Amino acid sequence: MRELAYLRPSDPADAVSLVANDPDARFLGGGTNLVDHLKLGVATPGTLVDVSHLPLDALEEHDGGLLVGANVRNSDLAADRRVRTGWPVLSRALLSGASGQIRNQATTAGNLLQRTRCVYFLDVTTPCNKREPGSGCSAAEGYGRYNAILGAGPACVTVHPSDLAVGLVAVDATVVVLGPDGERRVPAADLHRLPGDDAARDTVLGHGELITAVELPRSAHARTSTYVKVRDRASFAFALVSVAVAIDRAEDGTVRDLRIVWGGVAHKPWRATRAEDALRGRPLTEAGVRDAAEAELDQARPTAGTEYKPAMVRNATALAFRRLVPDLAEEAR
Amino acid sequence: METTIELTVDGERRSLTVDTRTTLLDALRERLGNTSPKKGCDHGQCGSCTVLLDGRRHLTCLALALSYDGAEITTAAGLARDGLHPVQQAFLDHDGYQCGYCTPGQVCSAVGMLDEAAGGVPSHVTDDLAVPTTLEDLDDGEIRERMSGNLCRCGAYPGILAAVREVAGA
Repeated sequence: MRELAYLRPSDPADAVSLVANDPDARFLGGGTNLVDHLKLGVATPGTLVDVSHLPLDALEEHDGGLLVGANVRNSDLAADRRVRTGWPVLSRALLSGASGQIRNQATTAGNLLQRTRCVYFLDVTTPCNKREPGSGCSAAEGYGRYNAILGAGPACVTVHPSDLAVGLVAVDATVVVLGPDGERRVPAADLHRLPGDDAARDTVLGHGELITAVELPRSAHARTSTYVKVRDRASFAFALVSVAVAIDRAEDGTVRDLRIVWGGVAHKPWRATRAEDALRGRPLTEAGVRDAAEAELDQARPTAGTEYKPAMVRNATALAFRRLVPDLAEEAR
Repeated sequence: METTIELTVDGERRSLTVDTRTTLLDALRERLGNTSPKKGCDHGQCGSCTVLLDGRRHLTCLALALSYDGAEITTAAGLARDGLHPVQQAFLDHDGYQCGYCTPGQVCSAVGMLDEAAGGVPSHVTDDLAVPTTLEDLDDGEIRERMSGNLCRCGAYPGILAAVREVAGA
């Protein structure tokens, strides 16, 4: 591991300026991803700016919703009574990720900024455009089972690993960011990006920009929401595919509003807007949900190894709806 | 870059000078001579380095020691300071190990997990998120899910499960 300087500022603005003014500096949060990358040689910063002790751990009522500080641990966010009832998709997403120990350590902001688990990204002996821009993509022609089926580019075919990020898009969360030029707000749906020809950048954040909080607006669809994750083993594994669904139905059962967001299929949480449009304003049926998923999947481009993903994400979407809408489950029997 | 930090380990206050890159696990094992937490994968995937940090179960391999200046750490050895902890006794009674390498991590994880469950923390397999869990909700499925961060390559899971179930009293 390369020699490292370590700084522990006590103020978020100081943390921002320390990183913004040093291209070789990185923020250190809970460390569950970055410390691993230091060991693997995937990350080689000269300076770590430890933000895990900054006073960003509030979890409080705010503007009718909740304000989640960047340092709120994944376990604490998942267990919060208000989150469990008002935004259950977030508890479900968090509890489906990592392990009890890691959830106690990992932070809200760090979860969003964790990096891909693509085996080639993590193996410094292989080309990877995300780790070393311009070196090529080993995954496109290599072991492809975990690759993206939506929005992939020639530069990068990987998927974003965060479950929380998928849930946050389904509840219309906003990410609060402090940068050298002050504060800005980024919708959770716009935080992560598709690779295009610049695979190195996972998010729209610039160097030195620090996530300080996440705002959760209260909504009818957030209250009726859930998360389905499909993985290789029953626990402690990343998603093959995952689905966040949030739904608001009228008394007569018609869909007033909804969100369908997919994980494990793209370089960012994939909001299935075509599927949403096919279901909004109509009564819900199991067949309707499957057709809606198919409409979204028209854009999918499975490659060698990911042929299973479209059917899996369609079925997982139907399962998520069945969990939220009991009469749909009846109809499916 | 070297810095001096203080840790309270198993009730003893210790001062040590560490390099920036020293993990908490290496600080405990190589610098303080506490070999109770084990180095298994060293990448956060096996749980054998688990300790209780400020009362919660926590990995020590994915942690830089510097970041934990002032922390209070209890290892499996520390749990046995005044006689075996009930979780440790239950592991003995139910053969919750074979080679024993993962056991200190399993024990610390189980102690932390039981605290979480008693405090109402739900898990991935909890049906109703609106109802806080209690120790009585810890059926086999709940225990397996909540202990999934600790691998046992000998496959002593049935014994581990029985040990944790007994202490939970479910």
